[in-house]
Parts: sequence; structure tokens; C-alpha cells
Amino acid sequence: MTGLFILFVYIAIFVISSLAVKFFVHRTTKDYTSLKTVTFGDESTVRPNRIASVISVATVFLIWGSFTGSAWVPGFTHAPAPFAGETAFTYTLEGPDGARDDAVVHVRVFDFGDDVANFEVDPGVGLARDDAVTMTASRSATILFDKNDEVDRKAGAKVVAIDGVEIGPDAPIRTDAGRFALTAKGAISFAPPRGLQMEPIWLPPPEAVVKRFIDISRNGFRNYLLHEHLGISLFRVIAGFFLGALVGIPLGYAMGLSDWFRGWFDPIVEFMRPVPPLALIPLMIIWFGIGEVSKIILLFLAALWIMAIAARSGVSGVNITKIHAAYSLGAKKHQIMSHVIVPNSLPEIFTGARVAMGVCWGTVVAAELVAAENGIGMMIMAASKFQQTDIVLMGIIVIGIVGFGIDILVRKAESVLVPWKGRS
Amino acid sequence: MTGLSIENISMRFDIPNGGSVQALEDVSLHLKEGELMSVLGPSGCGKTTLLNIVAGFLAPTGGQIVLNGHNVTGPDAERGMVFQQGALFEWMDVRDNVSFGPRMKGQKEAQWGEHVDHLLDVTGLADFKDKAIYELSGGMQQRVALARCLANDPDVILMDEPLGALDALTREKMQGLVLKLWKETGKTIVLITHSVEEAILLGERLIVMAPRPGRIHKEYQLPFADMGVNADLREVKHADGYNQTREEILEMIWDMEEEIMGRTEAAQ
Ligand SMILES: Nc1ncnc2c1ncn2[C@@H]1O[C@H](COP(=O)(O)OP(=O)(O)OP(=O)(O)O)[C@@H](O)[C@H]1O
Ligand SMILES: [Mg+2]
Repeated sequence: MTGLFILFVYIAIFVISSLAVKFFVHRTTKDYTSLKTVTFGDESTVRPNRIASVISVATVFLIWGSFTGSAWVPGFTHAPAPFAGETAFTYTLEGPDGARDDAVVHVRVFDFGDDVANFEVDPGVGLARDDAVTMTASRSATILFDKNDEVDRKAGAKVVAIDGVEIGPDAPIRTDAGRFALTAKGAISFAPPRGLQMEPIWLPPPEAVVKRFIDISRNGFRNYLLHEHLGISLFRVIAGFFLGALVGIPLGYAMGLSDWFRGWFDPIVEFMRPVPPLALIPLMIIWFGIGEVSKIILLFLAALWIMAIAARSGVSGVNITKIHAAYSLGAKKHQIMSHVIVPNSLPEIFTGARVAMGVCWGTVVAAELVAAENGIGMMIMAASKFQQTDIVLMGIIVIGIVGFGIDILVRKAESVLVPWKGRS
Repeated sequence: MTGLSIENISMRFDIPNGGSVQALEDVSLHLKEGELMSVLGPSGCGKTTLLNIVAGFLAPTGGQIVLNGHNVTGPDAERGMVFQQGALFEWMDVRDNVSFGPRMKGQKEAQWGEHVDHLLDVTGLADFKDKAIYELSGGMQQRVALARCLANDPDVILMDEPLGALDALTREKMQGLVLKLWKETGKTIVLITHSVEEAILLGERLIVMAPRPGRIHKEYQLPFADMGVNADLREVKHADGYNQTREEILEMIWDMEEEIMGRTEAAQ
């Protein structure tokens, strides 16, 4: 329900902001692109609208904040919160002889995380007597109303109405106070209005995640500070990738240049390529345990095939006219290798490196999820066992940002080192 | 004996699914040193194959190539090649591309610097010598290819449609440049082209090849290249005999193309 509602809000913001930006910002823009007649299949015509990106990110945070009752978004944007505070309802008890009496149940609903303090009320007199109940917001409570009543359920008493509305064992009702139902044994099950907000255990508000971020940065989680967890994961990725490239690139070159190497390694590479590195985790644990060696070998294998295939296609993809040109300019075999084949393969190798880095980053997190003593993936896994959703979310956000950062770095390196990529 | 001899060259390609193509059959001709020969012919008549054999990229199935008295057995710096496109090294700037040949021979900049800079001047690339290849226009790239070939000081320059990818105006300018460089350097040049006008304007000698099997169909000795060295190429087009030669060759190639089409239609 809430999910559908969020989707609806999201789509609404998408459409409304798009129209609003078109109307207020881009009304007068007449740039070159808008004058083009060909606007499909031409990459230059569709450039991301940065305003849309900003609104998109803001929207995610707004929805996140409003459906978790965050203090960081204005109160009026909050989705209806689950009921908390004092409420009361009247139930009508009917004795076995048909006599009826009303009594009031006073309920104190506490916010999630608040201390629940019991309280008492004067029960009054009569067949049914008043009760005092405490409970947590968003939950339902089973209310044993008859503990102090003159006749109890064992004696044949039963609830026939709540706040004057009839209720039966198979006929739950809804009043202003909340939802009521009778349990199989005749007790009252009461759920105050849940609102549309998420419970922190499902989705903590952004400030809780930031608090966790600061907390773990300063005080650590399971003996390691956040940057240590992150650093260990990054170290594994870089070590595994580096070793994979160190072996994979020469292997790929050899495969691209020698038929024997090609024939020998083709079956191995083609077999290993479709095996997801994640599928190797159990084997790595059996063979090498859960320590550093196991992880680095796993990442080495993840990067190895990608880099070998990239180097191989970089070599075989060389335009034969370049080789011919170099030969007829008097270059020797080894000069063609170092001046033509290797530089010509660099763009492919960078593409491979980008893919391999991404795969390694994903694989290290997965490997740490399965078994590790530290690392960002281990942090998430350990936190999830104790339902520390804020840590889990914080970890996911950090993983995303770092993965994105890695990709940006490789792309920057690419544009500096192989500026001709895709332009020849 | 100096010059380039193409002696009874035959080339037969085996096709993977059985059968074979006779790309060239018994092609013979001799080029004197400093001669500029243009080669015309319908598509698929074996022009590129012939050039690749002369360059040493392909070993012929029959016959031999003799340059200045010795047999050609493989590619060598004495036979430079200018390709239609895609043969420049994108990872080097213009000057590094042009000086590639001398550098591969292990020469120091002191030995080639002056020559290379002169060639960059002549080809109008002096201002672009530090530019990357992908920053150049198609015409500039072909000038780099030309300069790169000349920097290596080959005896023979082989060109396979070097101007084929250029627009008409740039092409005309480049034709003038080729003529100028030819006269200046006195190189032996073989120029493959699809443009009859270009072949007539630039070729001192012109051969028309015929397909299936690839062979020399007709040979011309033309005066227009010599005229073009000193005059505007457009004026040369008004010279006596130019139009007549053009019409004759066009018709010849047209007939051959028609015959090829007819044959493939009949085969279907
Ligand atoms: N490597 C090869 N394997 C098989 N057949 C080939 C090969 N190279 C060329 N041929 C065949 O040889 C013939 C001549 O080809 P070639 O490329 O020399 O023609 P061309 O005159 O240069 O044509 P175009 O003007 O289109 O460039 C063609 O029929 C072609 O199919
Ligand atoms: Mg050709």
C-alpha cells in the first residue's frame, strides 16, 4: 500500500517538476540542439538535463525523509505518522445472563525507541471495569480487558461492541481510535492508526543514517573504524585487480599474438568467463579460508579473465593497415609490438579495467557478506543480523559512492592516457 | 637495372568454402625510376592485390617483383605506402607520426628533424605538428600520411586511393600537392584511384585493368601530369586531348562494369 503510494508520489514529482522546469526555465532556450531536425539516434542531441538530476536526488531524499518522519524535511511534507500518545475506547461487555456494562480502556502508545512506562487508572465499579494499557506505535496489542472485570471470559463474558459499534469474532471493526478485532479466545486486538510512515526498523530516517556514519567513523563497528572497513575492502579490490591485470594483460597479448597460446588458453578463458566470481566464493573459502588470501585470489580471478579478454581483443582488433603501414615504414617486429600493437590495445584495456574494477568491487562486498572479519560488506551483514537497518543503509550508500568514485577515477585516467579512444 | 619490375605476377586466392579466385593473371610491367603511374579499373579487378604484392604484404602465387635489381620478399622501407585512411597512429602527435620511419631506424632527431620539419612545411602542417591525429580533418590526415611516407625517403611510393575519402575541393588541392611532391622528390609513384580525372591528371602513365582474371587491359602515356606541375590543374582539364581521353577511358570502364553486372545477373 505504502509502496504504491510512494510510487505515485514519485511519478507525480517527476511529471510536475518536468513541466515546471520546461515552463519556467527552458521557455526561452533556443540552442543549437533544439534547432536540429534530427533528434533521434544522435547522441549529441540527448544530454542529461542537470536540473533534472538535482531534482531527482532531492526527490529521493524528500520521499525518504517524509516517509520516515525525518526532522530534516519540513513537517508539512511528512506522511501521516503512526499514532502515538494517549487514546481510549469503550468496550461493552455482555455477561452470560445477557447483562451489559461499558468500561473504558486507556491506551498509551509510545513512539518506537521510547521507554514504555506503565500507568494505572481507577477501575471504577460494575460488571466491566476500566483498564490501562501501554503499547508501541505501529504495533497491535492484545488487550486482556477482563483481568479486573466482575465476570471474565472463562465465566462466559464476551465483548459485543467497541465505542458503540458491534463487534464479533469474525467481524473486525474500525473506529476513530484504530482497528479492533477479537482473538480466538475473545480478547481485544487493538491497532492504533499506523499512518504511512515506515518504522525505523524497515527504513530509518536520513539523520539516523548520518548519525551512524559519524558514530562508526569515530567509534568503529566490530573493532574497526568505518574508514578501516572501507580501506580493507579497497585494498582487497586493488590488490586483486592489480594482480589480475598483471597476469591477464600479458596473457591476453600472448593469446592475441600466438596461435599456441590462443589454442591453449581459449578453452580455459571461455569456460571461466561466464562463471560469475560469486560462484567461486564457496570454493575459495574451502581452499583458502576466509582470510585475506582467499579474498585476494577471488578478486584476482574476477579480474584475470576480464583483463585477458580485453587485452586479447585489443591486440586482434588492431587495424591491419596500421601494421602494414608500420612495416613499410621499416619497423621491426618488436617495434611494431611496442609502438603499434600495445598502444593500439590501450583503449580496450581501459574498457576492461573499468569493467573489472566494477566486478571486483561487487565481488568483494559479496565475499565479505558471506564470511569476513572486516570490510564494508561484513559491516552490513553483521548489522543486518541485529536489524540495525541504519548501518545497513549507511553501508550501501558508502558502497555506491565508492563504486561510483572508482569508475570516475578510471574514466579520468582513461581520458588522460588514451585521449584518442573512440575518436579514430 | 633500376626501376620497378612487375614480372608475370599471378595471384590466386583460395576461398575457405572451396574454390578459388584468380585475382591477377600474368601481370607484367616496368616502371622507370621517377615515373608516376596511375591505375584504374572496375571494382574487384585486383588493383589493391597488385599493390599489396608490390608492397610485400602478399606473396604472389606466380611471378616476382624486382626493385632496382633485387627481388622483393616482404615489406620494406624502400617501398612506402599511403593508405586510404586509418593507417595513422592515433597515440602519436603529427610530428611523431611523420618521423616514425626514421625513429624506427634508430636515428636521432638531429638526423631527421630538419627533413621532417621541411615536409611538415611543404604539406602545410607546420602549425599542427603538436596536434593529435583525431583533431585533424580528413584532408590534413592524408597530408600527414603523405609526409610520413616521404620522411622515410622510400624509392617507390604506393598509394591505394589516398584521396578517395576527401571532398572534391580538398581532393583537388591534394592532387596538386602530390604532383608538386612528385616533381620535387623524383620518386617513383604508383597511384590507385577510382577517379578517371585524377588518373589522367596525375598519371604520366596510366593503366586500365580488367577483371576476372585481373589483368592489364590498356595502357596510356599521357602529357597532363607534366603540364600540371607548372599550371593550374583546372586549366589542364581544358588541354587538347584531355576530354577525349577521359571519355574513352570512362566508356571502357563502363563497359567492363556492365559486363560484370550482366554476368552476376546471369549467374543468379
Ligand atoms: N584475402 C582475400 N581472400 C580471397 N579473395 C580475395 C582476397 N583479397 C582479394 N580477393 C579477391 O580478389 C579480387 C581482387 O580484389 P582487390 O581488392 O585487389 O580489388 P580492387 O581492384 O582493389 O577493388 P576495389 O577497387 O573495390 O578496391 C576480388 O575478387 C576479391 O574478392
Ligand atoms: Mg582496392
